[in-house]
Amino acid sequence: MKSNMADMVFEGLLRIADDNLILGHRTSEWCGHAPTLEEDLALPNIALDLIGHAQTLYCLACEINSRYKNEDQLAFLRLEHEYKNLLLVEQENGDFGNTVLRLFYFSTFMKYFWERVKIKCCFKKLKEFSEKAFLETSYHSKYASQWVVTLGDGTDESNLKMSNAIANLEPFLGELFNNDDFTEMCSQNDFLPEPTSIFDSWKNEVKAILQKGNLDFPDIILKKRGGRKGEHSEAFGYLLSDLQYMQRAYPNSSW
Amino acid sequence: MEKGTEKAWDVLKDLTDPELPFLTLDDLGVIREIKRNDKNHVVTIAPTYIGCPAISVIEEKIASELKKIGISAIIEKSFSPPWSSDWISENGRKKMEEFGISPPHPRKADTIGDSLLKDVKCPQCKSYRTEKVSEFGSTACKSLYRCLDCKEPFDHFKCV
Repeated sequence: MKSNMADMVFEGLLRIADDNLILGHRTSEWCGHAPTLEEDLALPNIALDLIGHAQTLYCLACEINSRYKNEDQLAFLRLEHEYKNLLLVEQENGDFGNTVLRLFYFSTFMKYFWERVKIKCCFKKLKEFSEKAFLETSYHSKYASQWVVTLGDGTDESNLKMSNAIANLEPFLGELFNNDDFTEMCSQNDFLPEPTSIFDSWKNEVKAILQKGNLDFPDIILKKRGGRKGEHSEAFGYLLSDLQYMQRAYPNSSW
Repeated sequence: MEKGTEKAWDVLKDLTDPELPFLTLDDLGVIREIKRNDKNHVVTIAPTYIGCPAISVIEEKIASELKKIGISAIIEKSFSPPWSSDWISENGRKKMEEFGISPPHPRKADTIGDSLLKDVKCPQCKSYRTEKVSEFGSTACKSLYRCLDCKEPFDHFKCV
């Protein structure tokens, strides 16, 4: 692989891996705290899937960039501004409704993302990975959508909480669909789809589910961004101090 | 089977899955291929789920069992084609039911599917009057059901 291509693939893998790692970490915070035992099994299972996706993608990234010797180094030993995840995934969980709504937004996005990578991607290993990742993110999207409908179409209180969750997450949705120079380059090289190309499929599905739950589809305009450049919100620092604790306190420790 | 890999297959076919210890990796269809190069055997495995925590245990087990018979092995993960529950052997399905897990149905679409409600048989009393409790069971590969006749909860292996 030529060096400018390698840089592109590395950065692209990092963006997706960081999204999955950080949402995986947030989701894992529910372990032992979910409202019912079934959800206490479901959420950590999903967290495990997300972290598994991140791990595989970090491994691929390490094969490309010899600066990092293993996936742990990428996951645990970078500084805050070196993480390229979306602001959406680093926000605090909020209540259960807020958690499942964000999971629904993100996994529905990733489902269509992987569906496109499956069709066209110049990096063979990622194309192969997308076949499996597509199946798993579809399942997460389905799981989360059922809760969005159940809670939206539940009691007055649960509907109000879901409406609050929609308002709460709204400022972060623009970034999900924001093209930049990098995403354009990825698309021109048939590496990754442009985020805007996913918008219509995403919108149709999300709108239909929200409607089923008597909820209003939010305005999607670019309000807050920065994650892709390593500019994060306050919540991210606290998250990292928890996520990195073991590797910082006991460098190179392993299971 | 590639020539010269018979010994390796012989050893690996009896290895069991860490989370479903009554099933062999062969029953599950996790070991896809064994090839030889100059120095090593290259064993290709297909993870049931990308984040399955059993995978690293399986990798270590394969390497250490082969080492015992003097074979050094490199283990590679393959996601294409993705592992499918259709690869579970007949024998594997029988053993699953014996151990209280309802086996997956044949795959119909390109999704991780739950079987239709009426299709899921209680592994205890064999009734088809069962209902889904949760999309996720004790591991990512299973969902949680209960039997409306004998009232027992049970795991159903998802169709992937």
